[in-house]
Amino acid sequence: MSNPAQAASIEAALPYDVEAYRKDFPILSETVHGRPLVYLDNGASAQKPRQVIDAITHVYEHEYANVHRGVHYMSERATDAYEGARRKVQGFLNAKHEREIIFTRNATEALNMVVRTHGQKFLQPGDEILISIMEHHSNIVPWQMLAAEKGLKLKAVPITEDGELNMATFREMLTPETKMVAITHISNALGTINDAAEITRLAHDAGAAVLLDGSQAAVHMPVDVQALDCDFYVFTGHKLYGPSGVGVLYGKEARLEAMPPFLGGGDMIETVTLEGSTWAALPNKFEAGTPMIAQAIGLGAAVDYVTNIGMDRISAHEEDLRRYATQRLSSIPGLKIYGTAPRKAAVISFTVEGVHSHDIATIIDRAGVACRAGHHCAQPLMEMLGVPATTRASFGLYNTRADADALVEALESAREFFGL
Amino acid sequence: MMDELRELYQEVILDHGKNPRNFRDVEDATGHAHGKNPLCGDQLVVYLKVGQGNVIQDVSFVGKGCAISVASASMMTELVMGKTVEQAHALFERFHQMCTGEGEAIDDADVDPDDLEKLTVLSGVRAFPVRVKCATLAWHTLNAAIEGKEESSSE
Repeated sequence: MSNPAQAASIEAALPYDVEAYRKDFPILSETVHGRPLVYLDNGASAQKPRQVIDAITHVYEHEYANVHRGVHYMSERATDAYEGARRKVQGFLNAKHEREIIFTRNATEALNMVVRTHGQKFLQPGDEILISIMEHHSNIVPWQMLAAEKGLKLKAVPITEDGELNMATFREMLTPETKMVAITHISNALGTINDAAEITRLAHDAGAAVLLDGSQAAVHMPVDVQALDCDFYVFTGHKLYGPSGVGVLYGKEARLEAMPPFLGGGDMIETVTLEGSTWAALPNKFEAGTPMIAQAIGLGAAVDYVTNIGMDRISAHEEDLRRYATQRLSSIPGLKIYGTAPRKAAVISFTVEGVHSHDIATIIDRAGVACRAGHHCAQPLMEMLGVPATTRASFGLYNTRADADALVEALESAREFFGL
Repeated sequence: MMDELRELYQEVILDHGKNPRNFRDVEDATGHAHGKNPLCGDQLVVYLKVGQGNVIQDVSFVGKGCAISVASASMMTELVMGKTVEQAHALFERFHQMCTGEGEAIDDADVDPDDLEKLTVLSGVRAFPVRVKCATLAWHTLNAAIEGKEESSSE
């Protein structure tokens, strides 16, 4: 067992014990309207395992104080735990250095941080920013705000009928003016897995910096930022079975070094005089003020949790669920799935002819099934698809084929309800 | 499970949802407004023609939405047609109270008890707090159209 490759192959051969994992999540024993909870809204936020809940409790009971400040015992303990969480995230993303990992409030703040520091400093009037039509509002609006202020051009790469990024058009849209490419790794509304490495390679060839929104991808598949070669990668803790209130910005060291600070305050400075200040080294330069201490430590526990199971195994389990659920859903008359890319995560958006997605969500909720209904914070995409709203079932590591069956059964009763 | 759902989706609602009344525009409208529920992306436009004596001579709507919001809009157009603007306001007040269960139910001379009775089919939303906005969107939009605002939001 001393050979890591051998250990990994033994681990991969183990059966995926979903029932055991389910027991780690206390909320999965709750009932909703008298029915067992069938939680299929993981794309919005995932549930938390006991290990994460315990880690947060442990911080407050045994090792809490402010970080990076006190010379006393508790501050050292808290600082060790907080910085330990950073090392865990570094390993999780395979970043080169732990100083390339910045803790933020969520993915939205991480995106805004890049816009307001890198974007503010390095983008000049006339420069172009490329996003895609399938972006979440958080990867559209901050760029729009900056573009309006600085006279930048914001362009959106279209998608194919299957919901894949149109790579041919993307190539054409890359010009010498393109200075920033900011694209989602996995679409939260369609489930499409974008070819992030190829996007990055093409963008770099054109001389643009690359930001990948990994809010969905970090949850559904192994991510290696060095292999992707992106300049920035963001994700949020609460979708990765960790607490809300903490997200991550990964940035290549040279990029982060070149960027001005985001917020000014304590912890992000080296020296302060009334005449001026100098900035702390990475990562503190971007972590002004008391950070989200317990949340970051909780995220570290979540990273441990998914790493122990294995992201590749979680990915394989979810792929089985995606295939099974897609097949079962397709048998429902009038059901249309949006997003049929060959490479797709277990995120299934659909409409049912004759029943609005809000009515579907209400009716299936009474059967204990939690799904998201609406525009998924991707209004430009929805407008392009020509639907005001869809229902989205998004699967997580603890979901089962029985959950997909419960969804299908609930949808059948919704159709019956509407006399279909 | 089914009882509360039946209470929410009564036959009348399913009927109005499928076959909305006054689902058209008003060519000589004196006012109109866009209503949006940013939470779900539902949108509708309410058209209105107010004539002498502040009487609503014609009212209609177009748009997309769930069964509750479409049924509510459809029923609203039927109920406020021919009423004065003041009567329409008063009816909305009482209807809003009914949906949210908030505020005192005061007897109002402007409100016809029969109209209120008809609207009780929508009171099932009380058991579904997130759906209250669906039921009241059209009414908020009607208010905006009366007041000459072009935008209304249920947020």
